Amino acid sequence: MIPELGNFSLMLALALSLGLTIFPALGVRSKNMVFMRTGSSLALGVFLFMLVSFFCLLYAFVNDDFTVTYVANNSNTALPLPYKISAIWGAHEGSFLLWTLIMSGWTLAVAVFNRSLTTDITARVLAVLGGLNVGFLAFLLFASNPFERSLPFHPQDGADLNPLLQDFGLIVHPPMLYMGYVGFAVPFALAIATLTAGRLDSAWARWSRPWTNAAWAFLTIGITLGSWWAYYELGWGGWWFWDAVENASFMPWLVGTALVHSLAASEKRGVFKSWTVLLAIAAFSLSLLGAFLVRSGVLTSVHAFAVDPLRGVFILVFLILVVGGSLFLYAFRGGLSKNRANFSWQSREAFILSNNLLLVVSAAAILIGTLYPLFYEVVSGGAKISVGPPYFNAVFVPLMGVLFLFMIFSPFSKWGDTNLRLVLSENKWWILSVIIGVVITSFFLGDNVFFKGLLLKFLAALILFFLFKNLLQRKTKLSASYTGMFLAHSGIAVAILGVVVTTYYSEGKDVRMEPGDKLDLSGYQFEFFGVEKVRGPNYLADQGEILITRDGKKVAILRPEKRFYPVAQDVMTEAAMHVTPFRDLYIALGEPVGEKAWAVRVNVKPFVRWIWFGGLLIALGSFITLFDGRYRAIKEKKARLFSAEVAT
Amino acid sequence: MSFQKSLFIPLAAFLSMTIFLGFGFQLENAKVLPSALIDKPLPNFQLRDLQSGQMLRSASDLIGEVALINVWGTWCPNCVIEHPELLKISREQNVKIFGINYRDNDDEAKTWLRKYKDPYVFSVSDDQGTLAIDLGVYGAPETFVIDKNGVIRKRHVGPLNAKVWEEELKPIVDHLKGLEE
Repeated sequence: MIPELGNFSLMLALALSLGLTIFPALGVRSKNMVFMRTGSSLALGVFLFMLVSFFCLLYAFVNDDFTVTYVANNSNTALPLPYKISAIWGAHEGSFLLWTLIMSGWTLAVAVFNRSLTTDITARVLAVLGGLNVGFLAFLLFASNPFERSLPFHPQDGADLNPLLQDFGLIVHPPMLYMGYVGFAVPFALAIATLTAGRLDSAWARWSRPWTNAAWAFLTIGITLGSWWAYYELGWGGWWFWDAVENASFMPWLVGTALVHSLAASEKRGVFKSWTVLLAIAAFSLSLLGAFLVRSGVLTSVHAFAVDPLRGVFILVFLILVVGGSLFLYAFRGGLSKNRANFSWQSREAFILSNNLLLVVSAAAILIGTLYPLFYEVVSGGAKISVGPPYFNAVFVPLMGVLFLFMIFSPFSKWGDTNLRLVLSENKWWILSVIIGVVITSFFLGDNVFFKGLLLKFLAALILFFLFKNLLQRKTKLSASYTGMFLAHSGIAVAILGVVVTTYYSEGKDVRMEPGDKLDLSGYQFEFFGVEKVRGPNYLADQGEILITRDGKKVAILRPEKRFYPVAQDVMTEAAMHVTPFRDLYIALGEPVGEKAWAVRVNVKPFVRWIWFGGLLIALGSFITLFDGRYRAIKEKKARLFSAEVAT
Repeated sequence: MSFQKSLFIPLAAFLSMTIFLGFGFQLENAKVLPSALIDKPLPNFQLRDLQSGQMLRSASDLIGEVALINVWGTWCPNCVIEHPELLKISREQNVKIFGINYRDNDDEAKTWLRKYKDPYVFSVSDDQGTLAIDLGVYGAPETFVIDKNGVIRKRHVGPLNAKVWEEELKPIVDHLKGLEE
């Protein structure tokens, strides 16, 4: 009964979304205010029914309703409760339900926080968002329904959630990621609304900024969590793999980063408007493409997701309609605004332009690298090749290096023109001492000084230096925008330091260890005590015990596990870590290699936490910009104007 | 209306990408669909016989008449659920059933067969999952129909039950048997 209610709610949400697409648009056409204003209540309705539907699936999971096929495939009576809940987004159908719920949530947010928008633009934006809701809901109902039952023959117990996903990281990672992906629908809808209205002005850029920053912040958190999860769950201490799924989230992030910056230029100086619109379309399109890549099985392993051709065709058609349609609109309407290009090559505009070019080129390079194996397969008639980290690192790292070089001066850059020579000559001794300082500390960090690593460290240190210098020189009160910029840029520098130090100074060994064996690595001593069997709620594990000492003093006892999940028939490596801000001690249990001997992987990873700490700083900074007085002031002014209108 | 040609570049780029994706999608599906092995001969293999533990079995031992090949394991709850149907088919229908014991422990598998009864002519022990990989098995249970020449004619993913047997498998088995006579 409850699953049917969930299904019925989806239908109602679909009907209301259809209304949301049609009525506000009709209102705009016939200049009918009543119709234009229907958007808010319809958006609320869509969201409420999505919520009902989501809770119905939640109910089915919590109560082990294995008559529901999706529950039977992704849960089990022995599965701990938190994972029963997160199993909702453990596979295709449920994660799309979450995606659509989030979509309706953003739509509702636009319907509520739109006072700075004119009524007709609000109506247009809501109509576009309504259309997207229709697409997602139709997909859910007709191609990917999580409420389908397998009656009358249903399994007695479920097949269990993929053990890789039975983890805290996977409880929070997908919702954050989807908040980001789907959040880009708002700037996208604003772009489409202004294109159809033919009003590509600075006001549009100001409306888009907080929404873009919010979506981008969520995406940043999502990617950071994903990287952290891969680090501790995949069992070999890597934090970025350049696989198709990661790239799918990284491309919209890069384009979103470009969008965040070009929106600033469009708002403040009225430049790059047509380009900014294109970025807004591209960011959301890449999010959709991400969903397509991950979910349709075009690029992912055949076995990762059981594929239904109907789904792929549906997503492809949807993608063509949304992306093709908006690019078509852009082709005809995008030239409406005439840019007045009036800035020097050292101006902030020029810096933002170079930022945009570098980010978009990087995103394009990643897109090509991700799709190339597919192109090759089509052209060669089925031959499989793979493009891995060598390509991505070779292309991406130099581009980012140049980007960071520009970033150094960004806090001092000014709209219109910057006296770069003055900034340089004022700080030349500082710059020199920062560089010397980096060289000296690098010698302390390890015996090897790597040229590329050193260059990146210079850049990171200089970015931080100029940020703090600028902060200390500031005489005006700190605005939320400035604070946000400061934190986000510092976050980048922190993450660069983390990446460089981890990449160049990590030490690791794969060794065979018997009880009593000792290993010395990076000044730590690891003593292996052996392996014993332990039993978890839905798994059996071999648990190793390793004592870590430094200079004879105990640091920690770590217990890495090799877990066997009998229902899912999967073996998982559960690495054990000892964490401080400056280094991780990381131990993973490999295979048994003898009577009592095990293959053990031991890693010492300095600064690895800085990567994710940097990511969180970036997201925090981006969230803080939402509180900028500028956006509120406009809302209040608008509200006053409106009440004045009503009063007269 | 005036428009700039350069604004069409993104659209053109997108459309060419879509065409490629479309092609790629069809290509991938050809492999993904359960029908990938349909009308292909059974892949050859050399696996231990489960019960004897010694004798090696190969594809030729399965070929000769229309038969079902069932992929199963003691770790698979749905295999328990479908088991009565397999027993019923082996009892009532004139069709052989061969088992592939997939990623399992031999002793546990033999105990399991004693407990739930054995519908198979014989089972092979695919403890490494090599044959299952060649067959493109997603998981257990799965059932294949082969004809007398050992060509795979039908694949069913998931547990068998009376409905699946009557509507999906039996017509094909009957049809293939008709061809035999």
